[in-house]
Amino acid sequence: MAAPNLILVGVNHKTTPVEVREKLAFNQDKIEESTEILLQHSEIHENIIISTCNRVEIYARVDDVSAGIDCLKKFLSEYHRIELEELEQYFYSYKDNETVEHLFKVSSSLDSMVLGEAQVLGQVKDAYTLARSLRATGQILNQLFEKAFNVAKRVREETGIAESAVSISSAAVELARKIFDDLENHTVMLVGTGEMAELAAKHLISYGAKTIYITSRTYERAAALAQTLNGSALDFQHFREDLHKADIVISSTAAPKFIIERDMVDAAIRQRRNRPMFFIDIAVPRDIAPEVNELENVYLYDIDDLQGVVNANVKEREREAELAIEIIQSEVDKFNNWIVSLDAVPTIVEIRKQAESSALTEAEKTLGKMPHLSEEDRQTIHNMSQSIVNKILHKPTVKLKKKTQAHDGHTYLKAIRELFHLDD
Amino acid sequence: MIVFFNISLVGYLLASIIYFVQLVYRRQVISNIAVATVIAGFVSHTLVLGLRSQATGHGPYTTSFEVAVFFAWVLAGIFLFANWKYQIKDLGAFVLPVVFLVFLYATFLSREVVAFPDTEFQALLTLHRTLSILGYAALAMAFAVGCMYLIQERQVKSKKLGMMFFRMPSLETLDNLNSRVISIGFPLFTLGFITGTIWNMEMTQHSLFSWNMIKVWPLIAGWLIYGLVFFGRLFVGLRGKRAAQFSMAGFATVMLTYFLHV
Repeated sequence: MAAPNLILVGVNHKTTPVEVREKLAFNQDKIEESTEILLQHSEIHENIIISTCNRVEIYARVDDVSAGIDCLKKFLSEYHRIELEELEQYFYSYKDNETVEHLFKVSSSLDSMVLGEAQVLGQVKDAYTLARSLRATGQILNQLFEKAFNVAKRVREETGIAESAVSISSAAVELARKIFDDLENHTVMLVGTGEMAELAAKHLISYGAKTIYITSRTYERAAALAQTLNGSALDFQHFREDLHKADIVISSTAAPKFIIERDMVDAAIRQRRNRPMFFIDIAVPRDIAPEVNELENVYLYDIDDLQGVVNANVKEREREAELAIEIIQSEVDKFNNWIVSLDAVPTIVEIRKQAESSALTEAEKTLGKMPHLSEEDRQTIHNMSQSIVNKILHKPTVKLKKKTQAHDGHTYLKAIRELFHLDD
Repeated sequence: MIVFFNISLVGYLLASIIYFVQLVYRRQVISNIAVATVIAGFVSHTLVLGLRSQATGHGPYTTSFEVAVFFAWVLAGIFLFANWKYQIKDLGAFVLPVVFLVFLYATFLSREVVAFPDTEFQALLTLHRTLSILGYAALAMAFAVGCMYLIQERQVKSKKLGMMFFRMPSLETLDNLNSRVISIGFPLFTLGFITGTIWNMEMTQHSLFSWNMIKVWPLIAGWLIYGLVFFGRLFVGLRGKRAAQFSMAGFATVMLTYFLHV
């Protein structure tokens, strides 16, 4: 049995503009249809189609790598009725190890537009489940994809790739959670009802924040938002009197000047007996005087500060991605070992068959010269010949199994097959 | 005993290093190894104390050596408890070096067995020393937690979120932990101080004011600083950065006192 040839042909957000990607995309019906068509090809033994807004990829196990790749490209071109010459510039294709590595990167979200985003893993899982239900997958792709899900889990757990916030509102929540232990017993005040403020508030609520005050120049808007967020509206003229009740203040009004000044916050923090306050100013022009940050136990972040946090976090994710690549590489090696060890089993079976049949022939020959032996003695001779086979083959068998788990497994396998004339 | 002593010494050194590695390469395996190393050091440490007490026939608070070893043991014990209860992995990087340094310091002290002072106030002396050591260990913990608070506070305030930002707990968690250890440590410290004073007066038949002032003043200063944190927290809303700074200053003063006494 030859090593299974894994290939992949695809386009993604890095290689291909969206105008082309959308033409190549598959919806579920089309995937079902295409999977069936691909299985008709004598070249293709297993296949899985992944189609998301950022990528279209076909994974397959084939007999011949380059023929398989051509076949998949041709299929994509014919199915979507686009000239192959036109598409060629966008395609990337991988074989064997590269395919495994690429899939592991995709499932771990290293190949995504936003590093570490969680969505892609679900999409790969869906694609796999669908292909499996269509019986388009076999032992190899099943193992490959199951492994890819494990790798994604490992990457998520062992690196910080998905940890830090990479959007403004999630960065605000992340900061809030580094100032306050849990948000459950903390109060949020929205000053102004901007869309981003609402988003940040919803985010905080999802982390447990319960008490929400909302104030706005137009009371009706505050009241309306209060209803959706299950909070209470405050009169804009007097909201400063309640400032001390808020642990987190999100400000997003269209006011041309600062509406929260240092002395107001100073008074509030005194009233709170120094319990910390976190101000998030997402208004442009700003709502909160920057001097507020100078007060002790007060933390003020404006939109640029938050953007700075996001940028730093993106860098942090990039650093963590390097760690993820190491994990992926070691997992690719493990997967290869598994593939190679698949090869060892039939080889061992063949060697044994060969040796056992030789032993049997030779024993029969010998026994032919000794007709006086009883049935019992004949059996003893047979047993002996089989024991010799077992004895001689035991060590090489164990060694071969072990060696095929290592890097140079293929070399051993090839040597064994050659020495025992297994491929003649 | 010497074997176990060395095992603990190496164990705490390794644990300190592993905890620092863990700050950079945060992996579950690493923190598991770190905790296992501390536990190994602690078990061996417990044997050291047990064997020593068996040899001397009294508790481990007579010589400087015994005090240092006992102090380190209490601190390591509090750390293991806090680690289990609060799940703050990075605490180790701040507490274990202290444990190790105290242990290292102990290696330079005489291991001579000294009989427990044979006085009529033995019980009082035992009480004084036990209370003081427990109190100091709690205050050492407050020092480590205060140090973490200041690092984290600086990051949030300056808006430069370094690598440690993600690993370290929230300011509120650290402040609560600081408050808790101070509220245990300060009363113990105070009681230790009072029992020590009474013992001193009984022993020497001196009045309250005949102490060696140079030695005692820093101790009083330390006591005042912790008192400020303790009562400040209760009555005037002292918290956060100030509380952290005071707990660090308090510990520095107490350490100074200790070295003046040796």
